[in-house]
Amino acid sequence: MSELPKARIATASLAGCFGCHMAILDIDERLIELMQLVEVDRSPLTDKKRFTQRCDIGIIEGGCCNEENVHVLHDFRRNCDVLIALGQCAIMGGLPAMRNAIMHSDAPLRECLDEAYITGKYIRNTTHNVPNDPALPLLLDEVYPCSQVVEIDYQIPGCAPSGDIIFDTLSKLLTGKFRGFERDMIKFD
Amino acid sequence: MDNGQKTGNGISTAICGTAPVSAEEIDAICAQFGNDKHRMLDILREVQDRYRCIAPATMDHIAAATGLTRIEVEGVASFYSFLSLTPKGRVTIRLCDDIVDRFSGLSEVACAFEDELGLKVGETSNDGAFSLEYTPCIGMCDQAPAAMVNDIVLTKLTPETARSAAQALKAGRSPEQLISDRFEALTPSERALHMVDNNIRHAGEVLLGPVPEDAGLAKAATITPTQIISAIEESGLRGCGGAGFTTGRKWRFAASERAEKHFVICNADEGEPGTFKDRVLLTERPHLLIEGMTIAARAVGAREGILYLRGEYVYLRELLLQVLEERRWRGLLGKDILGVKGFDFDIRLQLGAGAYICGEEGALISSCEGLPGEPKTRPPFPVNRGYLGYPTVVNNVETFCHAARILDKGAAWFNAMGMEGSHGTKLFSVCGDCLNPGIYELPYGHTVWELLAMVGGEDAAAVQVGGPSGTMIARDSFHRKLTFDDLATGGAIIVFNGERNVLEIVEYYMSFFVHESCGYCTPCRVGNVFLQKAIQKFRKGLANPEDIDYLKDLSGTIIETSRCGLGMTSPNPVLTTLKNFPLVYSAVIKPSKDGIRDTFDIQSAIDGARKIAKRRSYIFDKDFTQ
Repeated sequence: MSELPKARIATASLAGCFGCHMAILDIDERLIELMQLVEVDRSPLTDKKRFTQRCDIGIIEGGCCNEENVHVLHDFRRNCDVLIALGQCAIMGGLPAMRNAIMHSDAPLRECLDEAYITGKYIRNTTHNVPNDPALPLLLDEVYPCSQVVEIDYQIPGCAPSGDIIFDTLSKLLTGKFRGFERDMIKFD
Repeated sequence: MDNGQKTGNGISTAICGTAPVSAEEIDAICAQFGNDKHRMLDILREVQDRYRCIAPATMDHIAAATGLTRIEVEGVASFYSFLSLTPKGRVTIRLCDDIVDRFSGLSEVACAFEDELGLKVGETSNDGAFSLEYTPCIGMCDQAPAAMVNDIVLTKLTPETARSAAQALKAGRSPEQLISDRFEALTPSERALHMVDNNIRHAGEVLLGPVPEDAGLAKAATITPTQIISAIEESGLRGCGGAGFTTGRKWRFAASERAEKHFVICNADEGEPGTFKDRVLLTERPHLLIEGMTIAARAVGAREGILYLRGEYVYLRELLLQVLEERRWRGLLGKDILGVKGFDFDIRLQLGAGAYICGEEGALISSCEGLPGEPKTRPPFPVNRGYLGYPTVVNNVETFCHAARILDKGAAWFNAMGMEGSHGTKLFSVCGDCLNPGIYELPYGHTVWELLAMVGGEDAAAVQVGGPSGTMIARDSFHRKLTFDDLATGGAIIVFNGERNVLEIVEYYMSFFVHESCGYCTPCRVGNVFLQKAIQKFRKGLANPEDIDYLKDLSGTIIETSRCGLGMTSPNPVLTTLKNFPLVYSAVIKPSKDGIRDTFDIQSAIDGARKIAKRRSYIFDKDFTQ
């Protein structure tokens, strides 16, 4: 009996805390069950930095706070059939988007960097400089939810989403049975 | 709601030419209004007029005098756009920024003012002489572009007249002298007519034709309150402000409410862009209006009334005060009116301060009570518990005028005009792309085509019926009838020809609602901003097919979850154009490529960081050094 070809999955963490990737691991022993159905392509879990081939599902943690996030997100959109925003940062910008609240300033980004690296009360930065290594990606003017940058097919809410909701959603998507979330699965803390 | 309140230049009070605030003067102003917290709007208007701003120290003082806290005073002062916490120029020029003004050359007029005064719109000059700002519709759409200069109105402005007005003001002439050299010698009514043409194009049988003086009131004095209400009910009169509630029922509800006091309030806060019928009635038929209010007072047993005049119509204040005074003198207001024992009624004039929302019944009552103009939760309805908690009848100017005529000529006479469900005549204020903008008094039931033929607007491509909160229709709907049951309107008819951009009009109307939302309900405060942004997306050609569903969903949410009429109607410009101009939308949408959003512009998103870091983007910028 020949096996069905496995679905390919890719994941990435943009402006997030990696909590959503930890939540993926919260699937626990069911990971073994899941691995019967999928193969993981580009992902921090496999440490593959590039797509080896087109994927069925892309999972994005975090929103876009810098140009590299945008680049990665574009890459995922172009290489994945279905794109999932996982967790509040990917869906709404989340905690990093707090800097969007610096509104009544002529130079909000400058103000944010100054406070983070120079003027903040609890900063111990002996160089008194804002880091500016050429390798550092440029920050965006504000933090954008993924859906503002590319089209997103599904959003799994939570901060972080539970292992249960991730497992349930993925396994249903893979078997074509996904019809929306169970009410008791949706938790925001 | 303070778009107009930014005074640039960072000027301080000291050099703004405002006299130092004297405690005695503030006390005197508060005392003039009986230190009554319910007269807060009058107190603040007076302070604003005298000092050109309401300074922080003044607010403490006013709070102490009226027994309020400082934050309550500031709540009122910061709500109304004609009140300002930072100093305004001694001459404040407010350019009417309605869509009709924009289409009539507003930007050239604004440039002429900016150029002559050396200011940008939104700024106050360093010497405190001038402020220049935009304000939403001031009710002069039939003679656009228009502007208010302090309490004076300038109409039909051109860049040339704007320049000469600015030069005259700079040369030290007063705003009044712009109207006439012998302004002081003119009567209030002559002054109003010197400033503003009323453009009555068609006088109907009820309001603008010949009207005998106080015949309705004389009749009302001889019959019982119940008979008055019955007459109004039988006439089929419905409210003319837009909502169209049956007037007789409203009066009956208020009359049947047992209370120590009843109130009658006239809503002359006609803020719906494109509406100017009440302006004409207030100028041409002020006695008829007061007569109607007096009749309503007899019907519901009110001894006190309020005429709430929108701040933009301050040029009519003297005229109306004179009419009230004259009627007191003639025994038509005050004690024992027309010699009828116990028929006592008097009216005070309450001036607004530039807030569209105050045209909403509850917000208008809040404003009369000296509060920020925020709508009230219903029920209780104003007829049960309105002004200061007493049963209150609030009607539009036109409604009261009709009531007075009905008492004179009889319910049957009025009922016979118009159509089933929409009886009598209606004033239509027509403006925009037509030959004869102005006021048309017509029986209900004419089609839009018939009206357009009368006004010389047959080549119209779109007609906005009822202002932004009404319906925008295309040529295929011009056969529809102007009645409550088909195309309801408070009177505004705005005509647009085929050269106008429908999406530009929709975006303007959304910006109007964004500016005028009182901010109480989040769906209205935030949702209208999102709607406006979404329309901008369509205008830029960045919209996807799904965005049409987004517009509909969001509009539905705003309508369902707002507590007053503003939020319940603010999505109408979007919804009615989606329905009646679907091709306009479908022409500009396109599916996004590869699922990448065109609306997200990486170059503008990284521009700030590029400047701070002083280097190019390694991902998105080409390296030109190689």
